[in-house]
Amino acid sequence: MNTYYDPRDLARFAEIGEDAPEVAKRFFDYYQAVFAEGELTEREKALIALAVAHAVQCPYCIDAYTTACLEKGSNRAEMTEAIHVACAIRGGASLVHGVQMRNICRKVSL
Amino acid sequence: MNSFLRNLAVHRLQLTRERATTLQVNVGRLCNLACRHCHVDAGPARNEVMDRQTMEAVIDFARRNSFAVIDITGGAPELVPGIAYLLDQAAALAPTVMMRSNLLALAERSADNIPELCRRRKITIVASFPSTNRGQTEAQRGSGVWEKSIAMRKKLNEAGYGVPGTGLNLFLVSNPAGAFLPVDQCAAEKKFRADLARKWGIRFTGLFTFANMPLGRFKIWLEQSGNYAPYMEKLAASFNPATVAGLMCRSLINVSWDGCLYDCDFNMAAGLPYSGSPVHISEVPEAGEGIPVATGDHCLACTAGAGFT
Repeated sequence: MNTYYDPRDLARFAEIGEDAPEVAKRFFDYYQAVFAEGELTEREKALIALAVAHAVQCPYCIDAYTTACLEKGSNRAEMTEAIHVACAIRGGASLVHGVQMRNICRKVSL
Repeated sequence: MNSFLRNLAVHRLQLTRERATTLQVNVGRLCNLACRHCHVDAGPARNEVMDRQTMEAVIDFARRNSFAVIDITGGAPELVPGIAYLLDQAAALAPTVMMRSNLLALAERSADNIPELCRRRKITIVASFPSTNRGQTEAQRGSGVWEKSIAMRKKLNEAGYGVPGTGLNLFLVSNPAGAFLPVDQCAAEKKFRADLARKWGIRFTGLFTFANMPLGRFKIWLEQSGNYAPYMEKLAASFNPATVAGLMCRSLINVSWDGCLYDCDFNMAAGLPYSGSPVHISEVPEAGEGIPVATGDHCLACTAGAGFT
């Protein structure tokens, strides 16, 4: 194996249940329920998942939810905007901690 | 046995013809565009078009039978010499006549004034619109297509097409811009209707979402891009036995530009003739019932997910 990530492993996700079937079943049932049409459409949920996939930088999720977004009817511009939302929150989360830095600076500085 | 027939066998299903209610006429491979998903490999360099003699045979066939729908496709039908005659005759022979159009050919001025003929004869226009995204649309249909296509849609709206109460139907067709499955038709129609109205003030009657056929230019792209095997696996994995009963090939007969009969336009592209051997439209009184539909691996695109009916 040349890399820790192999695209073929995505299809083997269910194998994670082999040594802990009960919790795996609960997780996959929950997962399925989460992505079902509700107050949000399946398309909107797939867009959120795509953005989160980029925030947590999961290549499996990026692969799966890029296709899911296309097949649920999102276009490339919408998907790009969703990733910018993830980027803004990630970047904003770093930047807002600058307030802590400034607080500490103020406390220890003359 | 092809992979489609294997799937039918697993579910103990058979695919045989019923009474033909739709006559689909492919008037040729000549087109002003060379879309990358085109299953008939149509384009500006193609010269296969239906001649007047074949048109007469098609009209005779339509007169002998009672079709609910006559569906005229291509290539770009607007570019075929004599198409106005065929459209005009067809309009008198079936309650619904539709013409598939990429809209750019329809926008070009011609002596026949096809848009006016369609409006006068209340011919339904079925227009390609793969995506509400310019980049994805032009990746599929070619650069420069977007603006002209939007402009022609607005002109059709001005002429009454897609406007409720006019009797002038404008349907849109969205094929995926790549090797993935089409969007659920209801969800896509809702989104397209909102997006087109909000961004461009465009109205339309309805939307069809169709899977791309692994044939012609699209098959070549799938093979060259390394997508062929995963795409075929995806189609096979998405096989939905419930779609088989409503497949259009059961109730549609397709005639190609040279007058030969097929169970559908995809079999025409794949070279799989109706009833197993080439037969000309002038040689048969009607499309037979109970005859097995010719099949190939490409048929999996019609049974994936919600299906292609």
